Amino acid sequence: MILIAACLVLAGCGSTGNWGWYVINPSTEQGMNNIRFLLNGFGATILLSVIAAALSMTIGLVVALPGMSSNRWVRMPSRIYIEFVRAIPLLPMLFWVFYGLPVVLKSMGISVSIDAFWGAIITLAISDSAFTAEIYRSGIQSIAKGQHEAAKTIGLNYRQTMRYVILPQAIRRILPPLANQFIYIVKMSAFASVIGMQELTRRANELVVTEYRPLEIYTLLIFEYLVLVLIISFFVRWLERKMGADESK
Amino acid sequence: MSQSGPAIEISALNKWFGDYHALRDIDLQVEHGERIVVCGPSGSGKSTLIRCVNSLETHDSGTIRVDGLEMRDAASVAKVRAEVGMVFQQFNLFPHLTILQNLTLGPTKARGLSQKEAERKAMAYLERVQIPDQAHKRPKELSGGQQQRVAIARSLCMEPKIMLFDEPTSALDPEMIAEVLDVILDLANDGMTMIVVTHEMGFARKAADRMIFMDHGAIVETGTPDVFFDAPKSERCRTFLSQILHH
Repeated sequence: MILIAACLVLAGCGSTGNWGWYVINPSTEQGMNNIRFLLNGFGATILLSVIAAALSMTIGLVVALPGMSSNRWVRMPSRIYIEFVRAIPLLPMLFWVFYGLPVVLKSMGISVSIDAFWGAIITLAISDSAFTAEIYRSGIQSIAKGQHEAAKTIGLNYRQTMRYVILPQAIRRILPPLANQFIYIVKMSAFASVIGMQELTRRANELVVTEYRPLEIYTLLIFEYLVLVLIISFFVRWLERKMGADESK
Repeated sequence: MSQSGPAIEISALNKWFGDYHALRDIDLQVEHGERIVVCGPSGSGKSTLIRCVNSLETHDSGTIRVDGLEMRDAASVAKVRAEVGMVFQQFNLFPHLTILQNLTLGPTKARGLSQKEAERKAMAYLERVQIPDQAHKRPKELSGGQQQRVAIARSLCMEPKIMLFDEPTSALDPEMIAEVLDVILDLANDGMTMIVVTHEMGFARKAADRMIFMDHGAIVETGTPDVFFDAPKSERCRTFLSQILHH
C-alpha cells in the first residue's frame, strides 16, 4: 500500500498534468482548509461506528441466546430474525429506516423524527447484529458439551453455567471475530453519506462538487479509511495473540 | 430425605435415541452404601444408564427414584443432582479456572458457601486425592491422572450421597490408571454409594458388592464378583469376560 501511495504521489508530482494535488496541498491556505474539512469527518465516522457496533453486539447477544435453545419455538424467532436481516442489503435498509420508518411509527401514533445520524446507527446496528449473533452462537457452541454437563452436576443452573463456565471460555473465541466485524462496520458507515450524514465520505463528496478534483480527494478518502482500518486491524491482531496465548496456557 | 428406602430405584426404564432402543426395561435397585460396577461392550447402554440417574439424559418411560424422590420436574432434578456426584471419562474440568476455583465454584454459587469456607473444604478434598500442591495451577498443567483426581474432588466438594463414575480411567495413560482407581477404592471403603462404569476388572473384584453386565441396552446378568467372574451364567457375559480378561 505504501508503495502504491508513493507511486501516486510521484505521478502527481510529474508533469503529466492529470493530477492536481494543489486541492489538498497543506502548504497553501486553501489546501489546508480542504484537508481540515475532510479530516473533520473522522469524528462522525468513528462515533457512528462505535455506537453502531456496541448496539450490534448487544442485539446480537439477545438474538443469539434463545437461538441456542433446545426448544424449537424459542429458537425460531431468532433464526427468522437472522435469516431476514441477513438477506436485506444495507443501502435499501438505510433508505427504508430513514424515509420509511418515521412514517410507520407515525401511523402507530409514535411521533419521532430520525435524523441521519441515528438512521445510520439503527441501520448499521440491525444489519450487523445478524452477523454478530452468528459469531456468538458459533463461539458458545464451540464449548464442549461436557462443560455444560459438569456444571449441571455441581448444581449450577443455566444462568450460572453461562456466566461462570461457558461465556468466560467462549469470549476468547468470540472477541477476535467480533473485532473483525467492527472493521466491516467502519467501512459500511460510508453509506451514511447518502442520507446526508457528515462523515468522511460525505465530506469528500461535497468537496468534490465544489473543487472538481475527484481523483485526489477520493484518493485521500481511501487513505483515511485505510489508516482507520489498519489501526483497528493492529488492535485485532494484538487481541488474537493475547487470547491465543491465554488459551494455550 | 429418607435413609430407609434404597438409594436408587429404577424400574421399567426405557430410552430411545431416535429409532435406537438404548435402554430396555431396566430394573435396578441400589442400597445405601452399595458399590456397583457396570460393564459390557461399547454401545450396550452403560453410560446412558448412569447418565439417566442424574438426568443428564431424559428417559422415555419407567421411573427413577433417588433417595425416594422421583425426577419429574426441574425442582426434583435439582434436588437429585444435589445428592449425586458424577465423574466423566473426559474429566470436564473448567479450563479457564484454577484447580481451587474448579472446586469452589459449585459450593459458593450453588450452595451459597463463603469463599473462605469453600476453599477450606476444597483444600481438604485435594489433600484426600493427594494433590494439594496443585491448587493454584490450571487443569492443562496437570497430568491426566491428576486431572481426574481433581474432578473427583470437585464432585466430593458438593458432599454427594451417591457417586457415579462414567469410565473414569478410559481416557488415561496406563501408568495413571492406578492412582485414580486408588482414590475411588478409598471412597468405596469409606462406604460411599457408587455406580462405576469400567472395564477395570481387577478394581471391580476389589471394590464391587455387585457386578452388572449389560448388552444391547438390557441388564443381562448381575451377581457378586466371585460368582460373576468365576461362573458367569450367560454365554454373552462369558464371551465378553474372556475377551477383556485374556489378552
